[in-house]
Amino acid sequence: MKPILDVQGLTRIHGTECPSCLDMTGPEHNTNVCPACGSIVAAANVSFSLQPGEILGIMGESGSGKSTVVKTLYFDQAPSRGKACFQDDTRTHDLFELNGAEQRWLRNHRFGMVYQNPNLGLNFSISAGGNIAERLLMNDLNHYGDIRRRASELLTRTDVMVGRMDESPRQFSGGMQQRVQIAKALATRPPLLFLDEVTTGLDLSVQARILDLILEIQHELDTAMIVVTHDLGVIRLLASRTLVMKHGRVIESGLTDQILEDPQHAYTQQLVASTL
Amino acid sequence: MNPNYKLPGAQDSYSFGFLDEFAKREIRRVILKAISIPGYQTPYASREMPMGRGFGTGGLQLTLAMIGPDDTLKVIDQGSDDSVNAVNLRKFAELTCPGVSTTESTAGASLIQTRHRVPETALREDLQVPYPDPLVIVEPSEARRKVMHGEGDYARLLTKLYEDLVQFDEITISHRYPTRINGHYVIDPSPIPRYDVPRLHHAKALMLFGAGREKKIYAVPPYTDAEPLVFDDIPFRTENFNTSDGKRRACARCGATDSFLDELNLEEGGKAWQCSDTDYCNRQLAGANAREVTP
Repeated sequence: MKPILDVQGLTRIHGTECPSCLDMTGPEHNTNVCPACGSIVAAANVSFSLQPGEILGIMGESGSGKSTVVKTLYFDQAPSRGKACFQDDTRTHDLFELNGAEQRWLRNHRFGMVYQNPNLGLNFSISAGGNIAERLLMNDLNHYGDIRRRASELLTRTDVMVGRMDESPRQFSGGMQQRVQIAKALATRPPLLFLDEVTTGLDLSVQARILDLILEIQHELDTAMIVVTHDLGVIRLLASRTLVMKHGRVIESGLTDQILEDPQHAYTQQLVASTL
Repeated sequence: MNPNYKLPGAQDSYSFGFLDEFAKREIRRVILKAISIPGYQTPYASREMPMGRGFGTGGLQLTLAMIGPDDTLKVIDQGSDDSVNAVNLRKFAELTCPGVSTTESTAGASLIQTRHRVPETALREDLQVPYPDPLVIVEPSEARRKVMHGEGDYARLLTKLYEDLVQFDEITISHRYPTRINGHYVIDPSPIPRYDVPRLHHAKALMLFGAGREKKIYAVPPYTDAEPLVFDDIPFRTENFNTSDGKRRACARCGATDSFLDELNLEEGGKAWQCSDTDYCNRQLAGANAREVTP
């Protein structure tokens, strides 16, 4: 089977790049700031592939570059270098070679994103239903009755009370906002979903329900997902394969069980030991 | 305007139509581009005019760029020939365009500058005003609005309509209703009431819209699709002027039941409804009088 997403050598450097940027940063130098020119190497040579319906975890501490990877793939940021191929049925899109319009089309029609902060993913000045409607309208669904029906279906699916769909998400609790975000991301049944720290900052019972929801959705719709988190519990529950990142580099990758039970890299060992 | 006012210096030191020839040429070129790309907001160098921006300077520049000595100009504001703004614009044209005649009759005009209405009588040529961009209510950045226009991405505008329907069971845009021209660009047809929007669709007249403040000119060419933005299952609705028992109100002056009505508060209390288009109202009245006299 062809991978739905194939990423090769993804690199993102902030600042005036110099030739020694990549050589003088990374876990072995214990920094991602280039001592020669002061540029920040947010991600360097990140490569992985994702199969349809698979959940891939990206784990690492704050500033390790895990969110950068997801944001470049979702076109929130442009990468400095690298190649990513997205398999859309029979067509292959070279993501970073597409023009702005094609990128926005893919983003609106084929990708979904759930941010850690609902402020980024939702428009608080319109109702929860309106947020979902916006995404449906982008997909050329132009029938008011159908939009209402589909939005209430999605909100029911994500355990948001349908009676509150015409309220602003501002009036919702953090967990509910996150569920509205998930509903919005799922509105177009995207084959690829990015989840950036979705459960961070939520209490444990809410976390558990959201993780359950994500797993159910993956079983139901066979959506491929990239889950970014620093929470080992989330990785253990969701991801079949995992990348561990530090200072912009992938330091370890493989099956989640393997990484958690038998970590090879010193940092991963420390990470696993500190939580268990 | 002081009726005895004369332009300073020798009359011939001003070019015909106040604007210099370069300005007129630029505006004409922009008009041609606007017609070629229906609904596209073509940028132009809006000149300083001797009146405040937002009072019809865009339309005035269009008028002055196109008018010739053998033209007959009509200027209306909110449908009326006699409002201060319309009178001033008309006098300005008389002052700066020697040879141009002005009229209050829609049928007799070869060029009509209107603010906020489309005349009731079918048109040959027309102009309009202020807020060119319908996306301004959902996206503050002009750079991003341009991208959205280019890609025909009006989902967020429709989301606004969706929100209206959710909250009020009705789209609350009373004027400046977003209208898709020729299947792509959505324009803001400036503050004309919804009632006038269907008149843009396959109109016989060329409609030019000039926004002096935003420095944009756009056009609805003759016989071009102009469809108000709506949901498939919620039809577009215009003002209906019905009384509470569903009867169409008639103009208190001429009795017409097929025109856009203004609601007037009477001095003695109560309300009256009257045609907003004064020329139409006068002609209805003249027609009715003629019919009464002939038998």
